[in-house]
This record gives sequence, structure tokens and C-alpha cells, in this order.
Amino acid sequence: MNWLDTVIQGTLLGGLYALFAMGLAVIYGVMKQINIAHGDFIVLGAYVALGIVAATGLHPFLVIPLAMIVFGLFGYALQRSVLNRTIGGDILPPLVVTYGLSIVIENVLQQTQSADPKSIKLGGLDTASIPLGGGLAIGVFPLVMLGTAIVVAIVLEIVFNRTRLGMAFRAVSDDREIASLMGVRDNRLFGYATAISFAVIAIAGVFMGIKFTFTPTLGPNFLLYAFEAVVIGGMGSFWGTLAGGVILGIAQTIGFALNPGWGILAGHLVFLAVLLVRPTGIFARAA
Amino acid sequence: MSALLETSALVAYYGDFQALFGIDAFVDEGERVALIGANGAGKSTFLTSIAGLRPSEAQSVRFAGVPIGAKPAAEVAALGIALVPEGRRLFPSLTVEENLLMGAFNRRKGPWSLERVYELFPALAEKKGAPATSLSGGQQQMVAIGRALMANPRLLMCDEISLGLAPAVVKEVYAALAVVCSDHGVSVIVVEQDIELARAMSDRAYCFTHGSVSLSGKSAELTREAISAAYFGV
Repeated sequence: MNWLDTVIQGTLLGGLYALFAMGLAVIYGVMKQINIAHGDFIVLGAYVALGIVAATGLHPFLVIPLAMIVFGLFGYALQRSVLNRTIGGDILPPLVVTYGLSIVIENVLQQTQSADPKSIKLGGLDTASIPLGGGLAIGVFPLVMLGTAIVVAIVLEIVFNRTRLGMAFRAVSDDREIASLMGVRDNRLFGYATAISFAVIAIAGVFMGIKFTFTPTLGPNFLLYAFEAVVIGGMGSFWGTLAGGVILGIAQTIGFALNPGWGILAGHLVFLAVLLVRPTGIFARAA
Repeated sequence: MSALLETSALVAYYGDFQALFGIDAFVDEGERVALIGANGAGKSTFLTSIAGLRPSEAQSVRFAGVPIGAKPAAEVAALGIALVPEGRRLFPSLTVEENLLMGAFNRRKGPWSLERVYELFPALAEKKGAPATSLSGGQQQMVAIGRALMANPRLLMCDEISLGLAPAVVKEVYAALAVVCSDHGVSVIVVEQDIELARAMSDRAYCFTHGSVSLSGKSAELTREAISAAYFGV
């Protein structure tokens, strides 16, 4: 096994996992809700992107902005019409409702798209790579994926820490009641947070569809990766989530390199080790 | 002229437990009103009901002639009612300055700005980048008051702002409050455990006992005996 190559490939894969995770972190960070259907929405995003590519012939990368807008609006509507009714009080209703959504999405996709594996083709870019010398090479597409994840982390950091909207997000997360005394309309704010989360889901969905062959039932795996990346990184900063995704990606890639059956397991083991040693996550902001 | 704030037969419940039994009270423009009474008498419930944190009958709370009893807190805030909540309840993940800026979230026009708040509480200017909860108790209380002032309220409600503070700090906080009232004509409701302090800083006072008003009148005319009789609900 070439360690350097494995770590590089793992880091690049981690970019995708970070994109999976950041949407989840937005919703958890603002509303303390877990969207159990998160992974299924990523899969849905891939199918939607595939549909748009097939219908318009656009390059998949050009579909991303369109998918972000569609998903963002959908996320806002979903939060305002359904998920807001589950907030406050018990932690169970949001879990049950989004679990229900997960089942609905999977079954609708099975019914309409069949269980056959699909993928989004990039033309020549799928296999293009940049040689690094010494037999090492970096794929262009994985590099785009990691670069996008970094840009998303930067944008989210700016939105959450440098804008009025982000300040209100953090305030509502701290104390919803007091924030409402300041004039924050929390139901609308929650809609914005979910819109942001779903825009990130759309990016993740398109990239996932290019990177993997996908079927309607993959969602729960992606939810798990997203969840693991968030926990490894720790709540409170999107840099942490990015790092969590990268660590998970490296762990899985090393696992796969050791034995094709160990990849996913290696990721889970690193996740469990972090839970054991540092339950708040490696990069958690001190409380 | 009608009062700025008027409650009529205001009731409040926590589940089956009734906390307020028909409160009739008013606050005039620019007036300072003290609420006194034992723990659990309903003072804080009264304030949170006005602020819109608990739902009431629309007509049971009127502000500047508008029925606001049924409005949610965010809409009440937009009309110019600010609450300094019991226990301060600053936003722990926000800095001092961000806490103050949250107070101005409604963008109501008025005399208060970051500069004015820092002028009133110079100690906060030095710590504006620090997490709000890293400050001393007195300074945190200043942030809480500053945050409420940033809303440029017509009515400022303060819930036990002297609780847990050193006497010198209490003096400082109340001195600042007096400036706020006299200079800007803001109406103030203060919940205060210290009866002498409450009388000294207010024009009128209401004494709450078991969720009802047991005594009210001009602060200067309320005798100590009458207050203690009302306080313990004889």
C-alpha cells in the first residue's frame, strides 16, 4: 500500500463526506433537530440532477446552481409547512417525521426510478487527473469536490459569524424564547436554515451521483457518514465538520486499502474511537 | 389621555395552575412603576405575559391603545416593549457586542445605539469582543439592560436586575436606569425585591400577592406597614 497516495485519495473523498455533513450540521446547529431523511434527500438530489441533465443536456456542474435553488426553496417550504410543527418540547417528533419522509422518498424512488444503479456521467472529466510525479496522481473531479467543500465551509463560516442572519441563527440556537423577545421570527429563521441546508444537500447530491453509482436505498448510509463526520469534527464550527469529513474519508480509504471489506468498518471504528476519547468531537469549540 | 400600557383582567396559567388572577394595572408614558411582592406572587409571569411569551386574551393587554395580548413576542417587541429577563439570559455563543446588536434586531429608530450603550456602561466597551457569559455578574446585567435599550423601547421592563449583585453595582445599575427614564421619557416597570429601593426609584408601585394586586398607589405615599401587610397577604 502506498500510504501517501491513500491519504491523498482519502482526503479528496473526505470532501464529499464533508458536503454530506455540513447540511446536517446547519440544521442541528440552529434547530437542534436531526434530519433522518438527510441521506435520502442527497440521493433524491442525485436523481433530480440526473433528470435535469437528461432533459436539458446541460453539463452536471451547470446543473448544480439550478439544483441548489430548487432544493433551497423546497427546504424552506418543508420547514415552514411540516418540520416547524415538530419543533419545541419533545425530541421525538422531528425524528419520527423525518424518518417517515425517509421511507416515503426511498419508496417513491424505487417505484419511479427502479432499483437499477444509476450514475451521472461527466464526459472526459470523470477520469482526468493531474500527475504529481512519483507515480502519484490526483483526479480532477475529486479535487473539484474537495475544493467545493472548502468553499462551502468558508461561506457557511462567513454567514454564521459575520452576518446579521448568522447572529440570529446562533441566538435562536442559544435561547429561542429570548431571541423572540428581540423580534426574531423564529419560524421564518428556521425556514432559512433548512433552505441553506438543502442547498448544500443539492451540491452533495450532484457530486455523489457523479462519484458513486447510486440506488434509491443508499440514503441511510450517507446519513450515517454525515453524522459521523459531524461528531468526529465536533459542533460549533464548519471547519470542524470539514475536518471530520476528511478524517472519515481517510479512515475509510485506508481501511479499503488494507482489505476491501474493511473500508466502511474503519470509518465506524474511528468514529467510535472519537466518541470514546473525545465525545464533544476533535475540533469542538470550548463551551 | 389613556395609559401607554394597560392590562385588564389579565390571567395566566401554567398548565392547571393559575398564576395570575385578573390583573388590572397601567403604566403612563414616562412613568416608573415598581412591582413588589414575595417569590411566586406572579410578578415575572406578569412581565412575560405582557412581552408575549405567554398567550393571553387580545384585549387583556393594550399598548398605546392597540390590543396586544394575543400577539407573539416578536410582534410585541416590534411595537417597542423590551424585557430584561430574570437571570439575564444572555446568548452564551454571542460576544458582548453581538448580544447588544441582537437587541437592535428590530431596527427600531431611536436614541440608542452601540455608542450610546458603551457611553452608559463604559466597562462593556472594553469587553465587547468577549463571550457575554465570561463577564462578571454586574457587567452581564449591564449587557442585558443594554440589549433591551438597543431595541429603543417605549416601555422597558426589568425583572430582578439587582439579584445577586453587589450593593455598589446595584447602585450603579439603578443610576443608569434613572438616566434612561429621565433623559428619554422611556416608561419603566421594575420588579425589585428590595422594597426601599423599589420605592425610591419609582413613581408608583403595585404589590402582588398570590397572583393578584393587593396594594397599589404612589410610591411616596405607601407606608412600610401597608407594604409589609400586603406583602405577606394578610
